[in-house]
Amino acid sequence: MAEILQQLVNGLALGAIYALIALGYTMVYGVLRFINFAHGDVFMLGAFAGYFFAPMVNRFLPAQSYLNGAIVLVFAMIVCALIGMLIEFLAYRPLRNRPKLIVLITAIGVSLFIEYTGQHRAVFGAAPRSFPELIPTVTWKLGGFVISTNQVIVFVTTVLLLVALTFIVQKTKIGTAMRAVSFNEKAATLMGINVNFIISFTFGLGSALAAAAGILFAMNYASIDPLMGVQTGLKAFVAAVFGGIGNLPGAALGGVLLGLIETMAGGIPAISPYRDGIAFAILILILLFRPAGLLGKLQPEKV
Amino acid sequence: MTKRIQWLLAFLVAAVIAGCNKPGGGDTIKVGEYASLTGKEATFGVSSHEGTLMAIEEINAAGGVLGKKLELLTEDTQSKPGEPATVVNKLIARDGVVAVLGEVASSRSLEAAPICQQNKVPMISPSSTNPKVTQVGDFIFRVCFIDPFQGTVMANFATKTLKARKVAVFTDVKSDYSKGLAQFFKESFTKSGGQIVSELDFNGGDKDFKAQLTAIKGANPDAIFVPGYYTDAALICIQAKQLGLNVPLMGGDGWESEKLVEIGKDAVEGHYFSTHYHPDVGSEKSKKFVENYKKRWNGKNPDALAACGYDSALVLVDAMKRAGSSDGTKVREAIAATKDFDAVTGRLTINEQRDATKSAVILQVKGGKFAYLETVSP
Repeated sequence: MAEILQQLVNGLALGAIYALIALGYTMVYGVLRFINFAHGDVFMLGAFAGYFFAPMVNRFLPAQSYLNGAIVLVFAMIVCALIGMLIEFLAYRPLRNRPKLIVLITAIGVSLFIEYTGQHRAVFGAAPRSFPELIPTVTWKLGGFVISTNQVIVFVTTVLLLVALTFIVQKTKIGTAMRAVSFNEKAATLMGINVNFIISFTFGLGSALAAAAGILFAMNYASIDPLMGVQTGLKAFVAAVFGGIGNLPGAALGGVLLGLIETMAGGIPAISPYRDGIAFAILILILLFRPAGLLGKLQPEKV
Repeated sequence: MTKRIQWLLAFLVAAVIAGCNKPGGGDTIKVGEYASLTGKEATFGVSSHEGTLMAIEEINAAGGVLGKKLELLTEDTQSKPGEPATVVNKLIARDGVVAVLGEVASSRSLEAAPICQQNKVPMISPSSTNPKVTQVGDFIFRVCFIDPFQGTVMANFATKTLKARKVAVFTDVKSDYSKGLAQFFKESFTKSGGQIVSELDFNGGDKDFKAQLTAIKGANPDAIFVPGYYTDAALICIQAKQLGLNVPLMGGDGWESEKLVEIGKDAVEGHYFSTHYHPDVGSEKSKKFVENYKKRWNGKNPDALAACGYDSALVLVDAMKRAGSSDGTKVREAIAATKDFDAVTGRLTINEQRDATKSAVILQVKGGKFAYLETVSP
């Protein structure tokens, strides 16, 4: 029993991180109808932003504290929001009216560019680095079941960010504009919406969430490297498709479910080597039986 | 347009032909090395390379071999599958090296070995311990012990020193080294009456091991054997500690890297692993090596992989001297005949399987350093 409960906590912590990244994939898909494959690398850059910024914060606030962690988190989110907007401006905007396939291939190019630049000696270097402890870690033991402050922080931060995101998208003017662009870009332009600005904003928002996921991931798993976004990013993409790409609650749900399934699979001896494969097996099954994902609506492509 | 392409092609062909050197030609003897200088197992490649390069420099300072200086051509495998084949092909076909030294990781040595074998270029792996590496063919050698021995050493250590009866094994399914070592450990451990209570797998490069470790915790083992590489091992130690899994963890020579302590911090404290060599024990030759290494590499302490890298170059040069030639087949014969060679890591004899028979040492992480516990002879 304690073991199942423990796996549930492990899975939720991992799933929450997938959910945060998946939201970025899904939002970009919503407004531009293409998959930003460089998103996983923005997640990595978020973790590295935290890595370099944490010692600076430590100079002013020497003790590990929640304030420390929050400052680093916000800083990484801002840095990555800017990076996300820059990527969109430099790589995707010039190709806005080209076929989607071209943009998709460009996204893969951007992703590889970030990964391999990051691995260069003069940038981050390829060796994994140990992420500093931002907050004092306390673990609570309840019988055979252990939960740490880091895991609680992952849940709390994710829920707060999800609430904030829902508020932005549903209640604010800019959120309404985002939904309008995703619904019909041309009509939105005619209504006086600055589409370029909205797309830029969407990239910024998604990248900020990825940065938050990067910091949470690094806090929980302690080691970061320039290729950490590859596998995690791919899985978050699967999570987004799983939940229904373009659908925000779907991405969150898909992330959490994927984290849980993966963790449960990892705990079974004969299945544990296929842990990563299971995510992709799910993707195939979903595409076969529910092409629009769990919460997505099928939109027939107009010819 | 087609004219231009033709010119380009002609130019390329000319460049390739010009770039080809006949083996043994020129006034240097070219030796190839491939190592993981960057990437996940970067500290392995860097240590091994530093040892190898220092050996070559010392030999050149002493007048070289066969009246010529040695030239070490090093290629980076980036710790990635696929790279070794590419770079070793390049070393042999384009640079015309007479012999190849490398790699540390068995999976990557296994990738390059068939290429060396086909081209009849002798290859010496400094520290790949999976038995399959030298089984590729008669041109493939190594200067370290193999995993059946290392597995037995750790199984005996678990039963005798740790008094463990129930052990969990946590294997990296992506690595031939890890799979082999796990298998030999299991065989020896069950033979001596122990019980394997849990067998789980991970993929090298994973960050989250909590799912598997939770299942291992449920099996209640006395110790856990993790035959992986240091980046994964450090994270496994951290997450085991977070889950309240307070039993000793054991590993093989893949654990030896300062990065293990740097990433794992206090979570790796008190755990054990086996390796090839420790600077605290050893011959006069070893003391001299430690001294020179520190001088050459800005005070850095040599680890086992640096010592193995150094030995791989020495064994090759010794063979060239005895063969009186740098011809691949003759050098191969000479390497195979290496007997009681005085290497830094101990007396070294190449056996019929082209592996070295050597003793192993067991180390414990203590105060952020690797402390010597015991030496186990074959």
